[in-house]
Amino acid sequence: MRDKTLQLDRLTVSFDGFKALNELTLQIEPGELRCVIGPNGAGKTTMMDVITGKTRPDSGTAQFGPKLNLLSLSEPEIAQAGIGRKFQKPTVFELLTVFENLELALAGDKSFLKMLLARRTPPQMRRISEVLDIIGLTEFHHTEARILSHGQKQWLEIGMLLMQDPELLLVDEPVAGMTPQEIERTAELLQSLEGEHSVVVVEHDMEFVRSIAKKVTVLHEGSVLAEGDMNQVQKDPRVIEVYLGA
Amino acid sequence: MRRQYTLWISAGRDSGTAWFLGALALLVAVVTILNLEVPASSAFHVSGYGLTLVGKYLCYAVLALAIDLIWGYCGILSLGHAAFFSLGGYAMGMYLMREIGPRGVYGDPILPDFMVFLNWKSLPWFWYGFNHFAFALLMVVVAPGLLALAFGWFAFRSRVTGVYFSIITQALTYALMLAFFRNNMGFGGNNGFTDFKDIVGFRLDSDRVHVVLLLISALVLVASYLVCRKIVSSRAGRVIRAIRDSESRTRFLGYRVESYKLWVFVFSAVLAGIAGALYVPQIGIINPSEFSPINSIEAVIWVAVGGRGTLYGAAAGAFLVNYAKTYLTSSIPEAWYYVLGALFVLVTLFLPRGIVGLVSGRVRKQPKPGRLPIQTNNPEPSEE
Repeated sequence: MRDKTLQLDRLTVSFDGFKALNELTLQIEPGELRCVIGPNGAGKTTMMDVITGKTRPDSGTAQFGPKLNLLSLSEPEIAQAGIGRKFQKPTVFELLTVFENLELALAGDKSFLKMLLARRTPPQMRRISEVLDIIGLTEFHHTEARILSHGQKQWLEIGMLLMQDPELLLVDEPVAGMTPQEIERTAELLQSLEGEHSVVVVEHDMEFVRSIAKKVTVLHEGSVLAEGDMNQVQKDPRVIEVYLGA
Repeated sequence: MRRQYTLWISAGRDSGTAWFLGALALLVAVVTILNLEVPASSAFHVSGYGLTLVGKYLCYAVLALAIDLIWGYCGILSLGHAAFFSLGGYAMGMYLMREIGPRGVYGDPILPDFMVFLNWKSLPWFWYGFNHFAFALLMVVVAPGLLALAFGWFAFRSRVTGVYFSIITQALTYALMLAFFRNNMGFGGNNGFTDFKDIVGFRLDSDRVHVVLLLISALVLVASYLVCRKIVSSRAGRVIRAIRDSESRTRFLGYRVESYKLWVFVFSAVLAGIAGALYVPQIGIINPSEFSPINSIEAVIWVAVGGRGTLYGAAAGAFLVNYAKTYLTSSIPEAWYYVLGALFVLVTLFLPRGIVGLVSGRVRKQPKPGRLPIQTNNPEPSEE
């Protein structure tokens, strides 16, 4: 049996007595594309914050790969270890070109002095071309990121995560504010990553989730309410209650 | 077939560099020739005072570059750069004081006049070594560098950012001002250092020495400009701008943002210190008022007026605003701070990119997406 990519075990986070995560236990398999859904305040973003080191839990464990304890690492260390995070709002470097955005996301030693003397090498250029191709922004490589459309910025940000060749990609509400064509394109993009990377997508848009997800996890009040394929989950009476009210 | 990536940062701004270096060379050449070759009776003669003024502007331009690097590129508004400038100045001043030797009013071969006046019997330990020019030069770099390192280490590690950082840098320079005002600090109290006689054996009352100091200042400005340009156009420079535009994104990409900020802050402080060290022998005095908070704010205004994030804009701003200050403080002195304040408000409201933005705004249009040549097939590495 292969090791899990990510294992969260009984994670609890409370803010002033409010339990944002309550004994959350979750496992992600290598190469899996997982969708996490849940009503507002279910703990989706807090879960991402814990995995990426932004928030420290009160109790529980978070293990990445066979032996890495995420709770003892800083944000940059976690990023270096192979977890990439896409924020809800597209955050690309607006004043840099698409090419430069991807260049900064290259994997490797990122100390100041190394970067001061960095030269572009052919393998790096190839990697950037590949990713430009995957995210479909090849013809815009020379464009400042601020000129891109909302959808293009989201793809660029996913591209920046891919540059680091992460084992695990966390993607927070990728299709919010996108046009139907952009949503379709994003679904293709995320599905193309399945197998090579483990991808966790947090999303509100049910139709989008249905179109990409094989396995869905429903969070409610900080813990897992249901897990399974989309049809299964949608028939679960507890899920219906949470979403539609009793 | 060789295809090249040309980045607009280098392509779009090389002409700015050329203009800046050209204008600087012209200014220095004209001032030098008009001082040395044109007789004092002629209307075109540049006096020793004129030389000093231009020399002062050159030092201020170096300070402006330092501020542009940390503020314009890294987004950290330091309102304490006068402190680093002054520390560099004081380090140079200590050398110049010891160089006076027995020629002081009290004729003490070792102790500077103010120490004799305070009845001090021996030189404080921190004055040791300043009789050597090389040691003083080292301290010009080390003193502001160490202060910036210690201060920045605590501030950036605690993730102090934005206006909070600006305020504590104001407090830093204010605290240093109060400290240097005290006689028993051993830096000459409120009189500071003055009455310098010579620098490495050359008399400071000679125009020729001032011409040389001016040329050295100009060379230092050019060197600082080129080093800053090298930094900002390196990949590290793009990381620095990335930090300015989205700090948390940069952190999640795996960059140690604190360490980048610290490097830039320390380098910027060292540059400011060098500017201060060039300033003191030309002006002939350094005292604690150089630390006053308003000085740091004025320097930030030079950069804002010139246009931040371009380097040459900062340097041009230092020249223009200080020329205006020299002119106005002699004709209508009480108006200067109102003019300065109004200038800052107007630039912030109407010229966010400063004078440089006004000049280049119409020239440099963004390329439209979709009309770009596709260049990513078999790209070859290239450096800007």
